[in-house]
Amino acid sequence: MYEAARYLMSGDKGLVVEFGNEISEPVNEKVRGMYLAIQKNQMPGIYELIPTYRSLLIQYNPLEIETDGLIEKLRIIEKDMGAIDLPKPRTVEIPTIYGGEFGEDLSFVAEHNGLSEDEVIKIHTSIDYRIYMLGFTPGFSYLGGMSEKIATPRLKTPRTKIPGGSVGIAGKQTGIYPMESPGGWQLIGRTPVKLYDPTSETPIILQAGDYIRFKSINKDEYDYIHDLAEKKQYKIKIVTE
Amino acid sequence: MKDMVIINPGLYTTVQDRGRWGYQEYGMPVTGAMDDYSLRLANILVGNDEYDAVLETTLNGPEISFNTNVVAAITGANMMPRVNGFTVPMWRSLKLSKGDVLSFDMVRAGTRGYISFAGGLDIPTVMGSRSTYVRGAIGGYEGRKLKSNDEINVRDKDFPIEQLAGRVIPQQYIPQYDDSCIIRVVPGPQDDCFTEESIEKFFSSEYEITKEADRMGYRLSGPQLMHKDGADIISDGINLGSVQVPGHGMPIVMMSDRQTTGGYTKIATVISSDIPVMAQLRPGNKVKFVRIDVREAHKVLREYENKIKEIKEYVNSYQLNTTRIKRYNLKIEGENYEVIVEEIV
Repeated sequence: MYEAARYLMSGDKGLVVEFGNEISEPVNEKVRGMYLAIQKNQMPGIYELIPTYRSLLIQYNPLEIETDGLIEKLRIIEKDMGAIDLPKPRTVEIPTIYGGEFGEDLSFVAEHNGLSEDEVIKIHTSIDYRIYMLGFTPGFSYLGGMSEKIATPRLKTPRTKIPGGSVGIAGKQTGIYPMESPGGWQLIGRTPVKLYDPTSETPIILQAGDYIRFKSINKDEYDYIHDLAEKKQYKIKIVTE
Repeated sequence: MKDMVIINPGLYTTVQDRGRWGYQEYGMPVTGAMDDYSLRLANILVGNDEYDAVLETTLNGPEISFNTNVVAAITGANMMPRVNGFTVPMWRSLKLSKGDVLSFDMVRAGTRGYISFAGGLDIPTVMGSRSTYVRGAIGGYEGRKLKSNDEINVRDKDFPIEQLAGRVIPQQYIPQYDDSCIIRVVPGPQDDCFTEESIEKFFSSEYEITKEADRMGYRLSGPQLMHKDGADIISDGINLGSVQVPGHGMPIVMMSDRQTTGGYTKIATVISSDIPVMAQLRPGNKVKFVRIDVREAHKVLREYENKIKEIKEYVNSYQLNTTRIKRYNLKIEGENYEVIVEEIV
């Protein structure tokens, strides 16, 4: 982590506030802190924020707020950030059906790591994963914190079609495909929750800074939630404890 | 049958407005019209909100037939528009009548054309925008580029279209599109990742637009740029006009359909008022990047916005009120001429 943030120009309408040059929770927490502070202060001229692993891209209208003035305000926020407690991040429960037709590669992941399928599921559901950022495709979360005990290399030949909601492992990473796409991840399960639905009031439910907790469900539970999600009646569960 | 029917969609015609802002933090690309200037002028001509949805064409324009009277304007690339086969002017609002067919010749200069309609297009908004995001299959016309037999209605039928025909953009505001141009950029955010020699090379060389140039971005070819310590960075936010340089050392300029984040070093960012220039380039065209300080860039932006404001005031105050257009085919000394006579009240 840098001692003080770096302020970098991203053209005439963009400013990057960079807090470090590493993927770590403390650095990412700074990004979240700055994001929340700007939202709370409702600073005029700022029209969009893109939080990423270790920096925040601020898109602003320089005809409404001058760059120097903006940086000055952000430096004050930066100084104050150490003193205020950030609201606790949300932990969102992601019900997931593991194995079988929903996670064709679960047996391979188990075999590769000398574990049983149940052990893989137990390890995968035992950790809360931080969402460092979203990107790549709408609703795709970059998660951190997976156990190396279940790390598995990508498929040698990527699949051309992976259903939306698929949960996979690629090397030391785990993630969820928000929509149907090609990909080379080892598929271990699927969630019936729609992470991306452009016609919904909340088109993308996960946010950078949230945590994800996978919960193993059976086929009946999967069908029930899937049905609710189709009717746009499923409410995501925030873990409280 | 709806107000307009696409007889032939042209090469790549999509519905675009300002873009889908507000969702980049969730990984949703902005999309929107590539050429902000032509989008806004097209809408100003027909009395719409500057950022209303229009048809964006690419090189080859579409062929559209009309089942009702509409007022339209065509801006951007010079595509030689015709109505029922007769040449009609661009950068001017035109009255088209029921039964008319709008078509285009091959583009002469520029790449992207914009066709606006008074009252806007009746296209549903998705996440606050009518822009088509083709890779994500959302927005615009069923999330895709137009094809033959697609039908679109004008959205606001109560628009006073009779008063909106014959409005013109003064000649001095009509851009000329060249095969090579100068693009101003603000260095950074990762210009410090490049060797000094490469920075100098970037600003002193000409780069060519390769065939891999679409709404997402333009891959360029030219002198190879070297990184001090590798091309990969921890993924961060990408802006409109970001110039990424992956390990191969060739710049990529990120455009409207760009992804929101990426892991390549960005040597510079094209200033927003030069994006319309960039938008009109095509494979084989050449660019030279010129360094500009961010404060200078803001001055340029202010001038750009003032210019559009000026045009808007001019167009709104000056009304030609064309009531009837007659077209004649003349033959003089073996040459064919089309003559358009407008009756002015």
